[in-house]
Amino acid sequence: MARFVGRRLLHLLPVLLAVTLLTFLIASLLPGDLAYTMLGDQATPDKVAALRAEMGLDLPIWQRYLHWLWDVLQGDFGRSFRTGQTVLSAVLDRLPVSLELMVMAEALGLLIGIPLAILCAVRSGSAVDRFLTGLAFGKLSLPSFMVAILLIYLFAVQLGWLPATGWVPFAEDPIGNLRSFILPALTLAFAEWPVLMRVLRSDMIATLQEDYIAMAKAKGLRSARILLVHALKPSSLTLVTVTGINIGRLIGGALIVETIFALPGIGRLLVGAIYARDFIILQGVVLFVATGFVLVNFVVDMLYAVLDPRIRHGRA
Amino acid sequence: MTSPLLSLESVSVELPTPRGLLRAVDKVDLGLMPGRTLGIVGESGCGKTMLSRAILQLLPKRARLSGCVTFDGRDLATLSAEALRRLRGPELAVVFQDPMTSLNPVLTIGTQLVETLQAHLGMGAATAIRRSVELLAAVGIPAPEQRLRQYPHQLSGGMRQRVAIAIALSCEPKLLVADEPTTALDVTVQAKILDLLAREQKRRHMSMILITHDLGVVAGRTDEVAVMYAGRVVERAPTSRLFGHMRMPYTEALLAAIPKLEAPPHTPLPAIAGRPPDPTRPLPGCSFAPRCRYADEQCRQAKPPLVDPDRGGGLYACWHPLALPAAAMGT
Amino acid sequence: MAVLEIEGDTALVSPVRPRRRRVNGLFVAALVWIALIGLAAILADVLPIMSPTDMDMLGKREPPSAEHLLGTDQLGRDMLSRLIYGARISLTVGLLAPVVGLVIGGALGMIAGYLGGRFEALTVGAVDVLLAFPPLVFALAVTAYLGQSVFNLTMVIGVLSIPAFTRVARATTLSLTQREFVIAARTLGATHTRILLRELLPNVALPLLAFFLLAVAVTIVVEGALSFLGLGVPPPAPSWGSMIGEGRESLDIAPWLAFLPAGFMFVTVLAFNIVGDTLRALTDPRPGAL
Repeated sequence: MARFVGRRLLHLLPVLLAVTLLTFLIASLLPGDLAYTMLGDQATPDKVAALRAEMGLDLPIWQRYLHWLWDVLQGDFGRSFRTGQTVLSAVLDRLPVSLELMVMAEALGLLIGIPLAILCAVRSGSAVDRFLTGLAFGKLSLPSFMVAILLIYLFAVQLGWLPATGWVPFAEDPIGNLRSFILPALTLAFAEWPVLMRVLRSDMIATLQEDYIAMAKAKGLRSARILLVHALKPSSLTLVTVTGINIGRLIGGALIVETIFALPGIGRLLVGAIYARDFIILQGVVLFVATGFVLVNFVVDMLYAVLDPRIRHGRA
Repeated sequence: MTSPLLSLESVSVELPTPRGLLRAVDKVDLGLMPGRTLGIVGESGCGKTMLSRAILQLLPKRARLSGCVTFDGRDLATLSAEALRRLRGPELAVVFQDPMTSLNPVLTIGTQLVETLQAHLGMGAATAIRRSVELLAAVGIPAPEQRLRQYPHQLSGGMRQRVAIAIALSCEPKLLVADEPTTALDVTVQAKILDLLAREQKRRHMSMILITHDLGVVAGRTDEVAVMYAGRVVERAPTSRLFGHMRMPYTEALLAAIPKLEAPPHTPLPAIAGRPPDPTRPLPGCSFAPRCRYADEQCRQAKPPLVDPDRGGGLYACWHPLALPAAAMGT
Repeated sequence: MAVLEIEGDTALVSPVRPRRRRVNGLFVAALVWIALIGLAAILADVLPIMSPTDMDMLGKREPPSAEHLLGTDQLGRDMLSRLIYGARISLTVGLLAPVVGLVIGGALGMIAGYLGGRFEALTVGAVDVLLAFPPLVFALAVTAYLGQSVFNLTMVIGVLSIPAFTRVARATTLSLTQREFVIAARTLGATHTRILLRELLPNVALPLLAFFLLAVAVTIVVEGALSFLGLGVPPPAPSWGSMIGEGRESLDIAPWLAFLPAGFMFVTVLAFNIVGDTLRALTDPRPGAL
């Protein structure tokens, strides 16, 4: 097991390095002069030159990369030119919000997907099953920002039950905080449940064919117990894996949702930096998110191997 | 004269398949008295498994059951799902063929025993655990307390089947259906399991149905034997009579196919040539006719009915039954 | 529990039933819609519709009328023409970006699967790196730095789709390279190029095409999401995504400003998904697959 983890870590490091390189390269795509753009209407030749010297923009590109990488490894992701706040503190400020959103979204996705999957598996082939499966397929064509608009229209505009935007810290007002997360989390959950439902459904259909389910029925156990204890547990492996993989995908989805619902998360930080043309923050946040993405996928990979020993010993 | 515990009247099971309607069980009549053991013997595909599913009301969704299955005076087909569920365990129990697949691999032995006790006998957790230990000991499992916490894959095949038997017996059923209980086990373990079943059956005065493809299994362990072929019962008689004076050539062939201990080495095994008919295309005459050495035109044209002309001996379905008392004792 | 009784095939025998194919009517309807919207997009300039950028400050957020068949938006522009011109943008990006992925990714995947060895390892590694980067973040970052334009957007999404195409091409090629017709061609002395083009390509084409259509659906969504945030197609060019984004402000008084483009986008994406999925089911028959 340790050898497996070691091997994967060895694979991880070049990927992380490549991510930093890619981030840096993207940042260097900016046409025109970075210092000039940053100074905006305050730009004078002298100021531009001074800023360029300060930021080391005159150095060859590989040197700049290495300087930047060195800073990053020491925890210095840069500092916003506008606000003066370091990227790291800005990100850490907003991390709890993004995490709360992703956790709620995944939880809601499971809450919707699992019962529906069980229903479809039990009534496999019936009208209900086909309807829900079709619904899941249709949902693939409905992106999250559309779902967001629909939900806002329904719950905020028409019914007025939930706020369309706005966020309150949990410490200040727990109920208000949770209320402000419901629509965003639901939006993301709507993107999750079709995948979760499909995966669990097909696993459960296979499980329900097994002899031990017939045995459980022959023992005279209640249907609820058979489904939830005997059938659900063996079917959960793929579900757990998919849930883990989804966390990586949620990061992208959270971006849009935070922006729409004005939640002060990392996604909104990123998008805000783009709107404000704050390129230093942008570079730092992109690196942070990309690195987090890689690490999360790595951890999920590890967990998957823990759950399924076949993976540990070679490609399954 | 007590009434039978289980009675099957003209029970048929049909399954729709892409190739046509499959008649897995064809108008079977059977009866079983309380405390007695019935053996059902037949080769693979003869319908004995479907028959057991029909008795247990565990047929696949698409199967069509006709005829009447009466258990303890009640027509099982008329019972509600909840009533059937309450029957299973305290009155009707089953042991499946392969204990590796019939026990849930992700639940402990203890869980699988305790849940049955709690579901039907309403026991509290502590009582149920105590009782489970007793049950495991009764079926001959050493160190039963440890076993409760173990998973099925940690036990040997024989032990797993003992656990399955313990589960089946846990609620003191009136009827136990054992569907090929030893087929998946080593030969050395088979006899022990069968002895266990016989012992428990006598002790509890329980009825038992022993389903197998091996005539040797039912010899000496059953009161009555029914031989099935192509979905029908072709011979049925008290065990000693069946072995002593069998009437159906198929039964004779089955018996001849069992290896004999006293035969000289390298004696070729008289296997039955040919294969059972395609169940989606039933033959007009006797289903065994293509493989029977006594078959003639009448056999091929008309299906022989299951009759008991000797009154109180056994039933058989054959136009040219073996002469009494001609069949040599082959065992 | 009365409602949820287990009726499934809990016993051992479950006879095989012939699988019913997806309702063909849906497939046809999807094709019809794609043809219609495609035609409208191509012929937008010649159609008798108003200009999508003409503003009518007096007639803002008008409901459908004789003059404006689908009403006007918050700046008084004709919705119908904006929807059709929006189709043009969304379909242009939607079709061109996956072409980039198809050509580059498909070629890379085929060659990697065919040649194996170092090249394959390298390709797989490079593709993995690209996949390691969260795609939306990548798209946002590149367009932020490079600047927003239809061309940039198409290129970015195209590059993002390369890994997926590489995978599909490689997987299909791997399953084919050991087949007899490839070995036969090799023994007959055919060059690699010939084998790739004459033997492998025709067989890889269909799965790639199915995947292409699915990629179109995804691309339209991605472009829509970016434009919705204002970070995709630059204004004043109408894109369904940006129309939805703009319509968001008027949800309380004129919800159709957001829902009309949303509806168009949804139906178009659904249509491509249906067609792509049907084709994929034809080329990859796995029982029980959705």
